[in-house]
Order: sequence, then structure tokens, then C-alpha cells
Amino acid sequence: MSSPTSTPVGSKPSSDGLASPPSQRRRGQDSSNGDLPAMPTSPATDIASPAVHDTSLFSSPRRSVLPSEVDMSSPLIGVRGTPVRQRPDLGSARKAPQVDLHTELPSADGAVASEQAAGQKLVIWGTDVNVGTCKEKFQRFLQRFIDPTSNEDENAGLDLNEPLYMQKLEEISVIGEPVLNVNCSHVQSFDADLYRQLISYPQEVIPTFDMAVNELFFERFPDSILEHQIQVRPYNALKTRNMRSLNPEDIDQMITISGMVIRTSQLIPEMQEAFFQCQVCAFSTRVEVDRGRIAEPAVCRNCNTTHSLALIHNRSAFSDKQMIKVQESPDDMPAGQTPHTTIVYAHNDLVDKVQPGDRINITGIYRAVPMRENPRQSTVKSVYKTHIDVIHFRKTDEKRLHGLDEDSDQKLFTEERVQTLKELAAKPDVYERLSSALAPSIYEQEDIKKGILLQLFGGTRKDFSQTGRGNFRAEVNILLCGDPGTSKSQLLQYVFNLVPRGQYTSGKGSSAVGLTAYVMKDPETKQLVLQTGALVLSDNGICCIDEFDKMSDSTRSVLHEVMEQQTLSIAKAGIICQLNARTSVLAAANPVESQWNPKKTTIENIQLPHTLLSRFDLIFLMLDPQDEAYDRRLAHHLVALYYQSEEQIEEEFLDMAVLKDYIAYARTYINPRLNEEASQALIEAYVDMRKIGSGRGMVSAYPRQLESLIRLAEAHAKVRFSDKVETVDVEEAKRLHREALKQSATDPRTGFVDISILTTGMSATARKRKEEVAQALKKMIQSRGKIPAMKYQQLFDDLRGQSEAAITKDMFEEALRALADEDYLTVTGKTVRLL
Amino acid sequence: MPSSHDWINKPLGVVEAMFAQSNSNPEWEAKVLEYFKGQLKEKESHSWVPSLNDVPLHYLKPNSLVKFRCLVQDMFDPEFYMGVYETVDPSTKANVLRCGKYKDVTECGVDLNSRNTVTAERQTFYCVPIPGESPWAKEISFLSAARVVPSTSYVPSRQKRSYEEDDDDMDTQPQKQREPHTETPQIQPHGNGDSKRQETEAPSSQTTTPSDCSSHLDLNFPLPGERGPACLVKVYEGLDSFKLNDTLEIYGILSVNPVLTVLGEENMETPEEQRAHDPPASLVPRLHMLYARPLQHNNPLLPSAPTEDQSAFVSSFLVEMASVRAELLAYLTHVLLGDGLAAEYLLLHLISDVYTRRDVLPLGKFTLNLSGCPLNSYTERLYQIVQQLVPCSYRLSMSLHTMNSMRLVPKKDYVANRLVSGALQLARNTSLFLDETQLEQGQLDSSGVRNITALGNLISWQKVDYDFSYHQMEFPCNINVLVTSEGRSLLPSDCQVPLQPQVTPPNMEEYLTTIHMAQFTSQINKFRVYLSLARTLDYSISDEVTKAVEDDFVDMRKDDPQSVTAEDLHRMLVVARLLSLSLGQTTLSRDGWMRAKHIDMLRRSRTEQQKSLNGNEP
Repeated sequence: MSSPTSTPVGSKPSSDGLASPPSQRRRGQDSSNGDLPAMPTSPATDIASPAVHDTSLFSSPRRSVLPSEVDMSSPLIGVRGTPVRQRPDLGSARKAPQVDLHTELPSADGAVASEQAAGQKLVIWGTDVNVGTCKEKFQRFLQRFIDPTSNEDENAGLDLNEPLYMQKLEEISVIGEPVLNVNCSHVQSFDADLYRQLISYPQEVIPTFDMAVNELFFERFPDSILEHQIQVRPYNALKTRNMRSLNPEDIDQMITISGMVIRTSQLIPEMQEAFFQCQVCAFSTRVEVDRGRIAEPAVCRNCNTTHSLALIHNRSAFSDKQMIKVQESPDDMPAGQTPHTTIVYAHNDLVDKVQPGDRINITGIYRAVPMRENPRQSTVKSVYKTHIDVIHFRKTDEKRLHGLDEDSDQKLFTEERVQTLKELAAKPDVYERLSSALAPSIYEQEDIKKGILLQLFGGTRKDFSQTGRGNFRAEVNILLCGDPGTSKSQLLQYVFNLVPRGQYTSGKGSSAVGLTAYVMKDPETKQLVLQTGALVLSDNGICCIDEFDKMSDSTRSVLHEVMEQQTLSIAKAGIICQLNARTSVLAAANPVESQWNPKKTTIENIQLPHTLLSRFDLIFLMLDPQDEAYDRRLAHHLVALYYQSEEQIEEEFLDMAVLKDYIAYARTYINPRLNEEASQALIEAYVDMRKIGSGRGMVSAYPRQLESLIRLAEAHAKVRFSDKVETVDVEEAKRLHREALKQSATDPRTGFVDISILTTGMSATARKRKEEVAQALKKMIQSRGKIPAMKYQQLFDDLRGQSEAAITKDMFEEALRALADEDYLTVTGKTVRLL
Repeated sequence: MPSSHDWINKPLGVVEAMFAQSNSNPEWEAKVLEYFKGQLKEKESHSWVPSLNDVPLHYLKPNSLVKFRCLVQDMFDPEFYMGVYETVDPSTKANVLRCGKYKDVTECGVDLNSRNTVTAERQTFYCVPIPGESPWAKEISFLSAARVVPSTSYVPSRQKRSYEEDDDDMDTQPQKQREPHTETPQIQPHGNGDSKRQETEAPSSQTTTPSDCSSHLDLNFPLPGERGPACLVKVYEGLDSFKLNDTLEIYGILSVNPVLTVLGEENMETPEEQRAHDPPASLVPRLHMLYARPLQHNNPLLPSAPTEDQSAFVSSFLVEMASVRAELLAYLTHVLLGDGLAAEYLLLHLISDVYTRRDVLPLGKFTLNLSGCPLNSYTERLYQIVQQLVPCSYRLSMSLHTMNSMRLVPKKDYVANRLVSGALQLARNTSLFLDETQLEQGQLDSSGVRNITALGNLISWQKVDYDFSYHQMEFPCNINVLVTSEGRSLLPSDCQVPLQPQVTPPNMEEYLTTIHMAQFTSQINKFRVYLSLARTLDYSISDEVTKAVEDDFVDMRKDDPQSVTAEDLHRMLVVARLLSLSLGQTTLSRDGWMRAKHIDMLRRSRTEQQKSLNGNEP
């Protein structure tokens, strides 16, 4: 590069390819205040003149000092022979300097640098960007920026204490992909002014960045060979997040919005530069696209023949373009309105980078194009078409198949919000407050609400994959069982409405396929597509399953894997994969006999396999307590529901929005760890639980219960916004766990809490009795001496006659099975044979 | 003559004058709104404004002020337009600033690079007439509005006529001065020239005359067989205050400029999208909103606008309330074949309303299941009678075929980028009459199951989950659902009443027709006012009665805890509320509570009886 300081002046490619009046208005205002150079001296009449449509695009009074003007404007020669690649994303069709070089009046929308009277400071017309300073600043940023706290996965493997972007440049030289992604928040923290310029004048600043980075790169890696020059792709502009907040002010600025791709178009070849050849003298000329139009030269400049130029298609330059429709994500929408959509244009290598259904963050330039005037009409629509020229895509859900993705869930909290949340957290009764704010229309059931609250917060995620155990489940699963009409469904509905990634399904209507994932053939592309079901969709959320008992066995069996391993394995139609399903399950089940039978165990009442039940951390019974005081409070609660005004209710309870934010904040920012005392307390609790049973010769706790306790304690610490799990947390976890057990694992025959009801499906006493019956049967058969076979029915009658306790047919069959397992006898049809 | 008002005939002139005075002071926008609001506040003045609902589009002057009673069916993306632009005056050659607000088009020669250009934002709502509006409501509002005589300045150059209105069943229209169908041959093919493309889903395609072109353009009405103009309403202020499915009375400037229909200029959009978003202005006019009044109800018999009027009206009617109620009850008893209890419940159902929501729980909904309905055409007749009483209603015949084929839940069509409506996209307080007697044995396919689930959700939670393909979105609603069935309905309901006919007329048709004919219109009108009014009354429970109710509940549970559950208390509280309101009482009295308890007991004993009779009743 021969004269870096002067080069940019003439070569500024910012020709406002899709110039829109608003931007000019803005710029006009911007540059009229502050110590900016005087506007180019074009009178107003000139602006309004038809000359606007001329191809005359730029010119500079300092043309004479621009020998290296080709640097940016020639498509073929770049820094040390590396070709420059056009950037249609910036709308920067470079203008061929074919106009009269000595025009004194700079035309309105050309990229013109003017000189400030005071000194040598040049700025791009309409902005306050000085190319030289800007470049210098950016180079300094690249060379010096260090972010020791970075946890972006792009930076994995980089030394965080070395300048970040220099390492990335090195990477480019190795890999050869000439794209440098720059996080705008880095730029902002490094140089706020540069950031402001980048956001306000992306069209001018980004090419400057490009130059800066290429100079730096080829200085450092002079021997590198790249396909084209490095392009800078900024992302994560902090300014705009939400599609709904886009307004006319944002036109021509750089914005970042999030949304979901709903449609992508075919690839559109867009002409960038037309190649014309004279039919008479074969003189050729190139014409650049200006606002989507090519001005066909009417006269050949060489032979002065009129209308002799013909377009040569295969010598014209085209670029790839794709239209993408993006819809705002459901979380950003106010209730009762429909989602907005925005048109996005992707260019060159960004084409086909995203698929419908992807959730993405888009960084790009917001454009508004006026409706084209039709010469045959006297009026024109006064509407602008808006779109975004994309500079950078960032998929927010692509990492769902592997690590946890922090970005997509990260809600931005304002300072004040964080402050109020922290204040709330500091209150001693925050736990009670939050639990009572949960579904206030549902009466009492405090422990259940507390359990659900802890479920909403979840435990701390732990990764033991290095030691071979894989991920440790952090999600708390809860099962509610109880009489119909005890507002279980309502509780589920509430939770489903509260969490951002909640799914609500009913066991009756869902199949295994609907819950997990299924493979579909795309009708258009004939491609197999994996469609995810409720469990995968609620990854990192809560899956509410109503009527759990009505679910078919095959459907339920998929839950086994989800509820412990937190993954879903799929092997279908040639697609074999494992999806993450780190979802908490909140299920509700009705008893088989429509009314809860207190004489039976939980398992007998709801008829669910114990293997599944043991995967629930907490199992609650929602029963009608049938006691007068309760009735009175219930009645009061219900009547109040019907006559209290909206305000009164709000005074009493926390707002749902606050609760939502509180949970979101805690889930993202708080990761409590066990402290020494808490671990001791947990160990003691576990040992105590084991001891209870050992006296009666049974196991009363399994490691799974210990894990549950840990999770609950962690969740409770999160409720307090505490980074340490302390003894109080363990105490509450113990209490809640005990309460739940008391309800669900009490052996109705003995009145003891017996964990084996849940873990093996049978209480210890029941198992003992089974054993006894089998022994009695064996004894009876042995007492008869050597008979090879006997009648089934007769044996049953005999046993009943002999035994003191009543023996049901089930018990008898179980005893037979037990003996068959011992290889003592076999049962064939109606006869029993001894072996 | 009221139509001499400039603000009705040339509202744009008023806007432009204010803009010219303002000298680019942005306050002028507020002033304009203030002015029109003020004009409309004046007594009767709002009835001078012609209504798109009543007057065929081609009788309305372009760029005049019109009103439109409608439901917001879809909300399109916001658009940027030239709020202020600069253009050259051809006579003086001077630059002039022009205002682009409330207009679709600008004059040519706009200087796109002027620094004075102001870009502003507006949003387009797709509005349709209130779905299921009863014929009587249309008729009365049509008659009561001071009929704007079709203007003599009718511009013959506007040949595109509104096909919708012309085919409309206008027998109700007293003036027969509509031009005969002579102009039919002049109809130009509508804009985009794709008349070959048959829209398969057009529900309103009842080809009554050969000139009916409705099958070419799906106007996206929620209910099949609906007619009326759809409208693209451009909204400038208070965008956040509007919600989907709001019912509004919009006052705005009518724009039917044919430029709007010129298509194919940009290929950014698919043809489907273009048709959905830029339909020919002759079919779907544009309306630039100046003022919108949210409608609490669309009963034309009730004063709706000024609040003072209303309260006076209410207090005068309150006196009559009890007697009207008795008459209505007698009428309904006859209709329900002499079953007084069922009539009582039907009355309560008709005035029910979701008055608030506690987190997910809608309060005040009262879905009634009338079981044991006689077969044949009884339910259809019953619906006709209900339709005569309420301003908005729809009968969904739940036959296997309709359940499998009908679209109940609105779905986003991403190709056309619009929300394709479904039968459950209804205005608040619409009476949805589900006729389960039409259901026969057979298999529901997956869409049938989805439809039944949607109905169940609607009844239990008063919400509809709109299908956005990639996700669902929940829209709360407020719809009175009445289910008629033979046995107990397969849908959930708040309250089931088995019908016990006291009379068995040999000819049902004749019987019901006679009952209906016996009522004078004035009588029916009273019923109509009564039903709409009772719903709007405030209601409260005093502490004393609260206490009594609590005691009562505890007592009831003491005897037999199984007999009364929390659910029952919920229902009885709703019944007590509705019962009090139906009598015009705005607080719950001890008496009212006892009555509610009493009728609930009667009803329950009846269901018990039914159970023991049938045995297998779940």
C-alpha cells in the first residue's frame, strides 16, 4: 500500500447504494453540529436536480494525491495480489471513476472526503469518521484487546491473556478463511467512540476496518495466500435487541436483533457490475449497479455511436443473494399481539447459512428503500420497504446438541431490575414469598408449591464427563398424584405459563413420538428432517405432563432415559443420534380407582412402574384433607378470589413478571456450590435415612435420594441468590424430601415410611409376606410326598384351606412364580409339575 | 344536512390545513386527533358518519370519513412511510412540504433526498366485520344510523364496485334506490389478473350471481359464509393499545386509490403475500384511522358511546329488570319445552362473562351443557332463538365431518405471511353453540383430535392456542360456550343440565315457530337489551355474606365431604353472581346465595337421577 493515509479518501466505497432519505436526513443533522467539516458546498437546488440519478458518483477535490485509488476500486488487484471481494452486505458497490475527475461540485451522494479547514483531518462526507484515525484505532484495538474473562466458545483454545484478535488473525493465516468476526461489545469496552461510529456509520466504518485488518494481516503474514481479502464481520451490537423496537431512527445503522427464521428464498443472482460491449468498435465498459438499476450507456465513448452497447452476461459480475424472513421470538412479544417479521438479505457466503426454524441473532444494516416511481403514474406509494442487509449470523440454538448455550437464555436485565431482584433476595422470607406467589389462585399446598419452586430454580449443573460419569442431572422432577379435581392441572398450567421453555402435554393425547422426536421427509427436498417433540423442545425448561397415568407404556418408557440421563437417543430411518433433553418433568397422575385409596401404596394407587417413580425427586399427594379448619380457609380463599379487586391481589402477591425475572436471573447467574458444613449435613442426613431402615432389615435410602437432596439444597441456595449451599439449604431440602416421602412412601399396612415402595415397587413387609406364602406352598407340596404333577385349582384350594391368612389368587400365582424361579416346579396350563 | 360537514367529506383538507399552520411543529398531529375526537363527541355526530358496514363501498366517497365496526383479525408488520416530504409545485416551481400522513400515495416528483423528509411508522391491521354478528344487530344498526344518502357526487370513473355488498342479502334495506345490476358488465378483472387461480379455501364462495368474484380472493373471515367488507386499517397512534381480536369502531379516512393495486413492482414478496397484503382496493379498502373506540358490546340497542348516557340508560332499565327477567324466563321455559330449571340456567349462561383472570384461571365463565336434547331439528331451532337474543353467535355443528375438516384454530401461513383465520377467532362474548347431537360414531383423524382439544381448552381455560408452525401462541378469549348433547357431553363443561321436557309437542317445528312468532319485536328487543346490560353490571360481595358463604361451605362439607368439593364452590359462586346480576342486584345477598344453592341442588339431584337411570353414565 503506497499511501495509506490518502488511499481511503478517494476509495471510500460508501456510495449509499441503497440510499434512503431518512439516513440523509439524519446525517445532515449529525454533521451540522459539532466540529465537523462544512458540508460540501452543493446548493440545495443541486441536490434536487435530476443529476442525482447520474452515474457521476464521486469525485474529490484532492484527486491529484490519489495515485493508489485502484486499491479498493479494482476488483482484481488487492493488497499484495489478494483480490478484494465485494461486500454487497454493505451496499458498497464501488464506483468506477469514469466521471469527470475535475468536477468542482461534489455530487450529493458520492463518497467524498472534505478537508477540514483547521488541518489535515479528513472525514467521510455526512459522517464524522476520519478514515486514518479510525483505521489506527481499529488496528490498536486488534493489537491490544485482551479479554481475560471471555467464555465464548469461539475463543476456545485461545490464550486469553494474549491479544484476542491477533490470535484470530493467526488462525486465519492457518485456516485460510478470510473472515474476522469482531464482537462489538469488545470494541465498545476498548473504545466507546469507535463503537459509536461503527454503529452509526457501518457502511463507512466497516470497509475502513477491512483495510485496517488487511494491512495488519499482510504485514504480519506476508506470505499468506487467501481467497480474497479479509472481511470484518462485527456482531453483537448492543443497541437493538428486539425486532419490535426497530424504528425509523435505526435506518442505516448497525443493529443486532434476534428472531427465528421462517422462510428462505432460492438463491438470487444479483448483478453487481454490468459489462457492456460496443457492437461497432468492440469497446467495452463496465457499469455498476446503482440502487438496483443499471444505467445503460446510450453512447459509446470510443466511437460515439448511439445505442450500440450490448450487455454481455457472462462477463458481468454477479453476487449471490438470498431473502430470509425472520420472525421475532415469542418471548419478545407483548401478549395479545401477533409476531412481527422482517426481511433479511444475505449475501455471498452467508447465503444458505440458516434454515427455517433456526433461532438466530442477526447483525446487519437496517435499510429502507422508497417505492420506485413509475413514470406512467402521477402518484406513488408513500411506503418504504425495509429490510436488513446481514453482516453476521449467529445461531442461538445450534449448540443445543452439545454444550449448554448461555447466550440464548441470557435475558438482559436492566440495572434497576437486578437491584430490585437482589433486594428481594435479601429478604429473609424470600423463599416463602416466592412460593406463595406461585399460582396464588391455588389454595395452600405450601409444600407442593415450595417443591415446584425449587424445581423452577433447579440444581447446579455439574460435569463429570471427564471422570466418565457424564453429566449429572441438575433438574428436579416432581410427580403430583391425587384425587381428581384438586387443581393439579391448574398448577401445571401455571408452571407452563411461567417458564420460557415450557411444554404442556397430556398423557392421553401424546405418543412416544410426539414426546421425543420423529423423522419426517421434507416434501420439497426429499430430505429427512428430525422434528423434535415436547421433551426436546423443553430442553432447559420444564415439561408438564398431565394425566401421566393415562400414558401408554411405550411412551412412558422413553421417559426413563430422559429423566435420568437427560438425553434422548433416536435411531430411526437412518438417523441415529442423541439429543439433549435436560428438562425437568412435572407430571400429574390420577389414582386408578378415581379416588385415592388410603389403604394402598402409591404404586398400587397410580399403577406406575417403580422404575419410573424412583426417578422423581419429589412425589406429592394432593388429597382433600377433609378437615373443618381447612375447609374454612379454602372457602375464604375461593370467595376472596371472586370478589377481590385486581389491585388488592397485586398487593398481596408478587407479580408474575417479577417472579419470572427472578427465576431467570437465578438460573443464569447463580451457581451454588456445597460448602464444607453443608456436605457434612448431607452426609449425616443420608446416613440417618439409611439407619431408619436398617433396624428393620431393609434399605431405606439409595444414592438417588442423596442426589435428590443435593439438588434440592442447591435449588434452595439459588432461591437465596447464594453462591454457597449452606446448612439452611440442606435442612430445607431434608424437610421437603421428608414431607414428600411421608405422603407418598408410607406403607399403609405398617404406617412406616418405606422408601422401597418407590424404589422396588413393593414395601418390605409385602415382600416378606410374599416370601412366606411361597415357603408355605413349598412346604405343603413337599408334605405330599412324591407326586410328579397336580391340579392348579386344587393346589390353590388346598393352600387356602391350610393358611390362616386369606390368600388371593394373585398371591398364589406370585408364590408359584417364585418357586418356579427356584426351579422347583413349572406351571403348564392347569397343571403344576415338580422338577 | 349533516353531510355538509367538511370534516366528514374532506377530512384530509382539515388535516392538511392543520399541517400547513403548524410550521413543522410536531404538535399538529395531536391537534388533528383532538379535533376529530371533539367533533365526534358532539351529540349524534358520530351517526352522521357513514358506516362501511352498512353502505356499499362504491357509494362512499373516496377520502371521506367513514366508520367501521370490526374485529382485528390480523396485524401486519409495521411499515415506514413518508410522514413529511418535499415536492416541487409545478406552478410556482417552489419546493413545498407536504404531509404524507393518512394517505397511501404521494404526488410524484417527491424529492427523495430532501433533508426535510420525515420518516414515520405506522402499522396495518386486517379487520373484518365482527364474526357471527346476528342479522338483527346488523339490521338495527343499519336502520338507526342516519342513513347517508348515496352522494350525488358519485364518481362514475370508479367502476370497480364492491362485489361483497352487492351480493349481500340486502332485503333488510329499506331504500331500494340502489342501482340495478346494470353496471355489472363493466366489472374489470380484479387487479392482479390471476382470476384463474382458484382459491380453494375461500369459505365465502357462495356463488349467488355470476358476478360474484369472492372465490378469487379469500377475505379470511373467521366463520364460513360470512360477508361484508374487509378492511386494511392503517394505525398511526397507540399501536400497543390494540390487540388481536379486539372489537373496535374505527373512524378513519377511506382510501381506495387504484394505484394501490398495481402489483409486481418488487419481487420481494411471493404472489400469495402480495395478494394478502395488497389486495385490490376496490375489494379491501384502506382506512386511515383517526379515532378508534373499543366496543364493549355490539348491541345496537344499547347506547355505547358517552358514558353519561349509558349510566342514565342503565339506571332507568334497572327498574324494569326483574319483570323483563320473568318474561324472558317464561319465554325460555316455553322454548325449552317447559323445563323451568333449564331455562333458568340458560338465562344465567347467556349473561355470563369472563370478568377477570387470576393467573391462568378465568373467572366468571359458565359453560352450559344441555343434555338430553331431542334429536332432529330441535337444536337448530334452539340456536335460531338464541341468535335472536344475542348480538353475536355461531352454531358449530359437531358432525364428524366438520370436526375433521374444519379449521377451528387460526394458523399462520408463512407463505402469504398472514394469519389464516379459524372458527374460534371470535369477538368477546360471542355465543358459541356447539351442537353435539350431530356427532355420530366414527373416527376422528388427527385434525379432528386437535379441534376437539382446542374446544376443550377453550372451555376450560378460555384461551385458544394459535398455530404458528414453529410454536404456539396463546390468545385469551371470552366466549360463551353452550353445548347441546344427548348424553353428557364429551367436552368439559362448568355445569350440566339434563333437559326434562314437560310437554311433547307433536310437531316441534311448528311449536317453536309459534312461540317465536308470539313475541313482539319490542319484547324481543327488551330481552336483547336485558342480556347485554346484565353482563356489564358491577358486582361485589360484602364481608358479611362472605362469612355466611364460608360457614355454609364448611357445614355442607361436615355432613359429607365428598358431596361438595372446591369445584362445586367455584360453580356456586359463579351461579350466585349471575343470579344476582340477572335480577339487577349488584351485591350478593344472603338470599341470593340461598337461591343459588337451591337451584344448584335441584340441578344436581337431576343429574343424580339421570345417572341412576342410565347406570353407565360416567
